[in-house]
Amino acid sequence: MSILVDKDTTFIIQGITGREAVTMARECLDYGAKLLGGVTPGRKGREVHGLPVEDNVLAFTSRTRVDAAVVSVPPGFAADAVLEAIDAGIKLIVCVTERIPRKQVAQFVEYAAEKGTRIIGPNCLGVISPGKTRVGGIGGAAESTRRAFKPGRIGVMSRSGGMTVEIANSLSEAGLGVSTAVSIGGDAIIGSTYAELMPLFDADPETEGIAIYSEPGGRAEYELADYMARSGSKKPIVAFMAGRFMDEMPGMRFGHAGTIVEGRADTTASKIANLTAAGIIVAEKIGDIPRLLSERLGK
Amino acid sequence: MRFYEFESKQILAKAGIPLPKSHFCKTPDQAAAAAFEVGGPVVIKSQVLSGGRMKAGGVKFADSPGEAAEHARAILALPISNLMPVGVLVEEKRAIAQEYYAAVTWDGRAKKAVIIFSDMGGIDIEEVAEKHPEHISRTHFSASRPFSDYIAKNAVAGVGVTGNDLNALTRIVAGLARVFLERDMTLAEINPIGKLEDGSIIALDAHMDMESEAARQHLDLLKELGVGPEEKRQARPPTQFEIDAERVDSADTRGVAGNLTEFDGNLGLIIGAGGGSLTLFDAVRAAGGKPANYCEIGGNPSVSKAANLTKLICAQPGVEKIAVMMNVVSNTRVDIVARGVVKGCIEAGFDPAEKIAIFRIPGSWEDEGFAILKKYGVPYVDRSVSMDEAARMAVENTKKKA
Repeated sequence: MSILVDKDTTFIIQGITGREAVTMARECLDYGAKLLGGVTPGRKGREVHGLPVEDNVLAFTSRTRVDAAVVSVPPGFAADAVLEAIDAGIKLIVCVTERIPRKQVAQFVEYAAEKGTRIIGPNCLGVISPGKTRVGGIGGAAESTRRAFKPGRIGVMSRSGGMTVEIANSLSEAGLGVSTAVSIGGDAIIGSTYAELMPLFDADPETEGIAIYSEPGGRAEYELADYMARSGSKKPIVAFMAGRFMDEMPGMRFGHAGTIVEGRADTTASKIANLTAAGIIVAEKIGDIPRLLSERLGK
Repeated sequence: MRFYEFESKQILAKAGIPLPKSHFCKTPDQAAAAAFEVGGPVVIKSQVLSGGRMKAGGVKFADSPGEAAEHARAILALPISNLMPVGVLVEEKRAIAQEYYAAVTWDGRAKKAVIIFSDMGGIDIEEVAEKHPEHISRTHFSASRPFSDYIAKNAVAGVGVTGNDLNALTRIVAGLARVFLERDMTLAEINPIGKLEDGSIIALDAHMDMESEAARQHLDLLKELGVGPEEKRQARPPTQFEIDAERVDSADTRGVAGNLTEFDGNLGLIIGAGGGSLTLFDAVRAAGGKPANYCEIGGNPSVSKAANLTKLICAQPGVEKIAVMMNVVSNTRVDIVARGVVKGCIEAGFDPAEKIAIFRIPGSWEDEGFAILKKYGVPYVDRSVSMDEAARMAVENTKKKA
């Protein structure tokens, strides 16, 4: 098993004729993912790697089952694309686009919740269940992806797309492997937080432990700590907090849009204390994650 | 994008929120004329993008135009947190009976906008939250529906305010929430809101931040306020090094090689991307290294773009060596970055084998990249070496400098 996606997950790419989306489509196909085609308004009738391009999402959903959509359109059009996919009845939307103003994100996230649609991102690389499928650009070329993501026992959640791959690679090198990895997005408001994905990992028999990458800014780690206390979740979690240097630099933004220290609770020091109190192991070094998980898993 | 107090107040005035009489002044003479115009005691406030103005001596009181000019002269010359004011605000001084706090911001946890209201205004709101939680209300609201006044009323009533004050404060908070939504703010704060001795309620100080990503949708407002399209309004002004890096990044649209922040260490960093940069910067410091800069490379920068960034960093006085490190990359071609940093080193007049302390970028085309590094004698490691270990090697290597 895996979470969110499996080998039969069918999906489309909105904005498929864009330069990065064309590459992503190639990589997904090479990986064996069930990509059906994509949408670019005004480009109906074209093909990308032999797959159909349509003017709207309904052209796909009216004739076939579409489990997911990847939104890879410029920020000015992204909210519209997400709303279109929600109204077409798609239940999983991976929004890759970055720099969407947070008012628009709050609006479509609220609408998605009303309609029972799950959103991953924005500003993420997507979801992968190694050996089964990938939805998004995560891992890059299929061959690199296979090398960094070996099928295995650990679930990964990360605010950074790049660090999702780094952590997965270290887990693969250590022989632990990855059950499902989710690049959750680096924005201040995202569709699915750690705490919202945890129940899925808890219910997944393939996932024995979880690795988390986080950064200063926001309060998502407190929500995770609350979840752990409330749910009695037993799977070991190892978290890594990057950006410790930012604690001394309030008001400065580094990296992702959501990564800024605006209050005491945003700092790594405060988050680490809170996570530790909730029984989550906080790795001092990024390279320690596989060892700490192995110790907790007992082999 | 952060607004100055005088700009924030212009935005509030347009929203119909009552304010004290005030004038933005750039010279002591203007301040004297403004004080005369206001009539009576005034407060002179530094217009600077930094908190703690009172403590730093950036806020003073005057009873006469002459005194106002004198204070303005001192404040205009006074840097606060290394920032020079762009002017002073000369404002009528009013006797305050009670202070309130109101802010509207985003709550990433609830994924909604939130009104934070307190009847203990004028002081650090985090301190109020810790010590007097019963004096703070938090009221979430939808960004999808038109804002309705009752939400503001609930926020104000949430700390026990009633009577005429409830209605006056509701109007102010509702106006603030509407501006917040309409203008894509990330923060709209009035602290304090003052209840005067005559019972009227006005906004005494204001702080607004507009989301940079949305600024293009509000060019009308920015133009009206006189904010230039190139203004960044960071927490501190950019250094020359940072401006030069920005130029390298914007000169070539392929990939990212910039977003640089200057530090005062001796190890230049070429690191990426968002999360990788944070992790590597920490790792260098944890290994006892002193970074000369933070930066981000990602996507697929051209050879010349990577070379130009390398050249710029190598050319900084105090930079002894550079470390080129990334997480396992998905899209960036390792060989292109390798070629770029080697070229940049040579163009800056250095031997890449000496100048580059470590190269650690695993990913596509890495064999081709490693071949280039080998040819030039640059120390490199592959994905079997962790980011921490690579950072430690870079620091060690810098210590043994030639």
